[in-house]
Amino acid sequence: MLLDLFLTFLLIGFVSFGGGYAIIPMIQLEVERHGWMTSQELIDVIAVAGMSPGPIATNTAVFIGFHVAGFWGGATAALAMTLPSVLIVLLLASFFYKINEAPVVQSAFYGMRPIITALIIFAAFSFAQSNGLLAFTKDSLIGGLLFLLCLLALLKYKWHPMLVIVVAGGLGILLY
Amino acid sequence: MKENRTGTLLQICWTFMKISPVTFGGGFAMMPLMQKEIVDKRKWMSEEEIVDAFALGQSAPGSVGVNSSAFIGYRIAGLKGALAATVGMMTPTFFIVIVLSLLFLTVRDHDFVEAAFRGIRPAVVALIVYAAITAAKSSILDKSTFGLVVIALFLLIVFHAHPIVLIFAGMISGVAIHRVKRKRKNVSACKSQSEGKAD
Repeated sequence: MLLDLFLTFLLIGFVSFGGGYAIIPMIQLEVERHGWMTSQELIDVIAVAGMSPGPIATNTAVFIGFHVAGFWGGATAALAMTLPSVLIVLLLASFFYKINEAPVVQSAFYGMRPIITALIIFAAFSFAQSNGLLAFTKDSLIGGLLFLLCLLALLKYKWHPMLVIVVAGGLGILLY
Repeated sequence: MKENRTGTLLQICWTFMKISPVTFGGGFAMMPLMQKEIVDKRKWMSEEEIVDAFALGQSAPGSVGVNSSAFIGYRIAGLKGALAATVGMMTPTFFIVIVLSLLFLTVRDHDFVEAAFRGIRPAVVALIVYAAITAAKSSILDKSTFGLVVIALFLLIVFHAHPIVLIFAGMISGVAIHRVKRKRKNVSACKSQSEGKAD
């Protein structure tokens, strides 16, 4: 089990470009494939991970590891998520200026960033779907309204993400 | 500095331990704090070097915060410095998350908590959409990049393509697109300004 956690998050760690929410679809895919959590549990975990200090993706991985295999599961997930990126940073650190300016690297990033965008859009879509936001019921209408309000607060009023989560939680307690 | 090596490493570790618990909401939020601790207080690096560290942290996979810390640690004291910085960054948040997981698992079935999470779930979706909009702004630069987004979405939804495969395919496409564009530019330059721009 620990080995499985380690290998899964090591692989995710190697390709976790874009940080934060871009890695969620990958984590979601692996969690579903292994049957570690339901989609609803995962979205709750992401919410709590987003409220904790530190990187969201690593926090989510720690949560999942802890849920699946206790303390050492969490530790394994944290190590596996961090190891690849730190190794790559150390590699880059020795010849940073040369590599970051190389046209090939620039081109690769130019092509990779749209993929990250697509992954994030897909993550939003699949979470909306699995949490009943795309159905036409009374609950989903309230949820949809909350979603729009939160998006407005983020885009127009530049609210801090944490504040949005806290306010939404408060509204949830009032509403349900 | 040689005789004071262990002291420096402990200092690095402790400095990042102090920064780590305050890094809410992703790596860039901690940049001002890093400048204060590392440039102003410890004078380990210049301000420009911190900006460079963040640029590098961003171009590697993983979290910007942990990556830039590892780089800063490396610059100060080599491989051991990188290790000290990473351990410093990881330890506090790791234990905070473990404690939160425990709390979360015990209170999850409470009505109160369940109600709060019913409000929070749409908010998380909004956060992800917001992240998508931010990413789109810096990634959709022209028709080719827009095309890549559309194709990737199509492959994800219809064929359940694996994200890792898509990321590598995207990198290869980026190199290919630039190569074609450069060739086109050369050709049109040879024709000597008969046309406008290719894109």
